[in-house]
Amino acid sequence: MTQTAATNPNQLDGTQGAVSDWASDQRAFKNVPWGKAMMWIFLLSDTFIFSCFLISYMTVRSSTKIPWPNTSKVFGLNVNGVEVPLLLIAIMTFILISSSGTMAMAVKYGYERKRKMTTALLLLTALFGATFVAMQAFEWTKLIHEGVRPWGNPFGAPQFGATFFMITGFHGTHVTIGVIFLLIVARKVWRGDYDTGKRGFFTSRKGNYSIVEAMGLYWHFVDLVWVFIFAFFYLW
Amino acid sequence: MADIGHDAADYAPPAELEEVDLYHAKSWITKYVFSQDAKVIGIQYALTATAIGLVALVLSWLIRLQLGFPDTFNFIDAAGYYQFVTMHGMIMVVYLLTALFLGGFGNYLIPLMVGARDMVFPYVNMLSFWIYFLAVLVLVSSWFLPGGPTGAGWTLYPPQAIMQGTPGREWGIIMMLLSLALFIIGFTMGGLNYVVTILQARTRGMTLMRMPLTVWGIFVATILALLAFPALFVGAIMMLLDRVLGTSFFMPHIVELGEHLKYGGGSPILFQHLFWFFGHPEVYIVALPAFGIVSDLISTHARKNVFGYRMMVWALVAIGGLSFIVWAHHMYVSGMNPYFGFFFATTTLIIAIPTALKVYNWVLTLWKGNIRLTLPMLFSLGFIVTFVNGGITGLFLGNVVVDVPLSDTLFVVAHFHMVMGVAPIMVIFGAIYHWYPLMTGRMLHEGMGKFHFWITFLGAYLIYFPMHYLGFLGMPRRYFEMGETSFVPESAATLNEFITVTALIVGFAQMVFLFNLYWSRRNGIVAEKNPWHANSLEWQTPEMPPGHGNFGKELPVVYRWPYDYSVPGVEADFIPQNVPAGGTATGAE
Ligand code: HEM
Ligand SMILES: [Cu+2]
Repeated sequence: MTQTAATNPNQLDGTQGAVSDWASDQRAFKNVPWGKAMMWIFLLSDTFIFSCFLISYMTVRSSTKIPWPNTSKVFGLNVNGVEVPLLLIAIMTFILISSSGTMAMAVKYGYERKRKMTTALLLLTALFGATFVAMQAFEWTKLIHEGVRPWGNPFGAPQFGATFFMITGFHGTHVTIGVIFLLIVARKVWRGDYDTGKRGFFTSRKGNYSIVEAMGLYWHFVDLVWVFIFAFFYLW
Repeated sequence: MADIGHDAADYAPPAELEEVDLYHAKSWITKYVFSQDAKVIGIQYALTATAIGLVALVLSWLIRLQLGFPDTFNFIDAAGYYQFVTMHGMIMVVYLLTALFLGGFGNYLIPLMVGARDMVFPYVNMLSFWIYFLAVLVLVSSWFLPGGPTGAGWTLYPPQAIMQGTPGREWGIIMMLLSLALFIIGFTMGGLNYVVTILQARTRGMTLMRMPLTVWGIFVATILALLAFPALFVGAIMMLLDRVLGTSFFMPHIVELGEHLKYGGGSPILFQHLFWFFGHPEVYIVALPAFGIVSDLISTHARKNVFGYRMMVWALVAIGGLSFIVWAHHMYVSGMNPYFGFFFATTTLIIAIPTALKVYNWVLTLWKGNIRLTLPMLFSLGFIVTFVNGGITGLFLGNVVVDVPLSDTLFVVAHFHMVMGVAPIMVIFGAIYHWYPLMTGRMLHEGMGKFHFWITFLGAYLIYFPMHYLGFLGMPRRYFEMGETSFVPESAATLNEFITVTALIVGFAQMVFLFNLYWSRRNGIVAEKNPWHANSLEWQTPEMPPGHGNFGKELPVVYRWPYDYSVPGVEADFIPQNVPAGGTATGAE
């Protein structure tokens, strides 16, 4: 056993080598921390949830006989007497996409162990996220004032309100959860928990900076989903 | 001396990960109640699933009493009957089989079999169980709310599921949907753990292609579950909104009790698509772990390596993939576009290929094996027979023209009970007889076990075989009573009486099994270490039952696949996975 330790008989070349690498012992994805692997798989599952929501939305939109409301009107804002279509939503989208940028930078500084920078960027990301949710709340309020309800609305098919509140609500919940976790992670980075190996309150596990990256994956995902919701809801 | 084991090596790569920092319980509560140890969580899952499964078993007796002896029991009315059928089906499929295979066996066996100290995220794993527990409580609560549990059928089709006249419309359906959503959240937490543990936390030398097929089965099934449950989750939320907020996702314009409802414009078929996009993979979520476990049981108890290990793995993966594109074979009579039927019939029949391959491989594993008719082996044989039986009727139903007259008859009931009821349950029993010594240190009583096997196996046949015939006669499923029906002869009633009596006897045999579980815990024969002379790692732990952290000080190192049984030129008829090439089996002397 000892004398052969230098030569690994499992080593193969070419495609066989690729397969055997992937199936190789201990870890299928080398150098991928557990948390990150878990986040990827969770996001895959979550993708299926959002896909089902969006496909259902398309189905009911095409199966209802009552015409769909004119979205560029319904989602328009009246600024000083001028109707600007999609104004609010454009700002919301811009903010959310910017927050992905700050998140990516937070991950970078996290791995460089620049605690202050990471904390600041995480907080900024959280702030963007919270702004997004606030603007969404504003949009909901506006629509509700105009009489849009899950079971009906004055503009057209009742499924409009139903799908709108359900899907943006589900997405907004994701953003809100993300903001909460951003704040928690920011606090941990600030305190230096990931440098000192302080144990988590609930899990009693030691954390490290890969948690910032897993957080980032979630955030980018929520962002990406928004792009689809935006396209299917507001532009169609 | 060099042995010629399958891929035996005397080398294992160095450890890539440092030792995990394991959570050590400090009090009784954190050790046994809010436990983070996968073994305890597995047992918690198994006990909860068994408890709620018992409820479903009792419900099946009530269903059978009504079908066998209509107009006899005045405590069963039509509404009650539909509630029994619904809750029986849903509990058995989701809360018993899914939870027991993945939550129960998955938690207990995965870390042990891949050589890990625990799941990768024990805390999340603990939450998984407690959310499942909550889901069960929410489900049970519907019996105590006004209107009782839902009677919509386990498929919960709208519009009827949320309309007047369906029992449990008040609260039952709401509780059912909430409970399913909770179940899915809880399951996802556990499922992520199983997948990441298998992918990223194996011990030295444990390549994917050296994992026992049990782990492969649970692994593929978990991935299916993570991708299929979302559809049910979305369907459940949308129906909940339809019921509670009056949205019309699934509700068309409809008249109820002579009154136009406010609903309109929704698509009932959409729900069926969502449900079966979950529902068909779900049957494989239950079947694949059973496939995996039975492969290991057969190999161990026939003292022979699994025939075609790689093929078995790829067949699991292929079945898993295909199971996502066959769902509409449950909807041939739903009114969907008939051209879909052609597509889905084709994909459905293609699934039979990898499935048949697995059956051949089980039989070829037995071929010329040194078969020991232990209880796990008996149940495995029972599985093969019942599974083939149910699989063949599946081929009937997969063809549109054959399915249309048989749909919604007892033939379908017979099909899915054979293939998804009896067959996986056989594996569960076999697995319990096999691993009980590992979990408790004692063997289950052999005599009671034999009694249990023969009654269950023969009884299952006597119950479900005649149902195929009743289905051919055109006897519909989910009917409270048949009344005077010209096409159903008198003799069908006698047959139904016979089925009911048999069902009660088989039910009684399960009580014997439960008693055996309880009795042997104290009074069973003390098991020697590795009593079945098995190769996989769970039997190679320093203590039995395995302690906290599973493997003592040093994690095991793996040098070979788990199927080196009866290797030529080696005296012992088994070589555990942690024995290097040229070494000898520990405990074989
Ligand atoms: C070659 C394999 C199989 C084929 C071709 C097949 C085909 C079918 C078809 C066409 C139906 C619909 C019948 C109808 O409603 O009219 C059906 C129902 C069903 N099958 Fe299979 N099946 C196969 C294997 C399985 C397996 C392995 C399981 C479970 C482990 C399973 C579980 C079920 C269940 C639960 C239902 C009834 C669902 C319900 O309507 O309540 N089947 N099968
Ligand atoms: Cu199916």
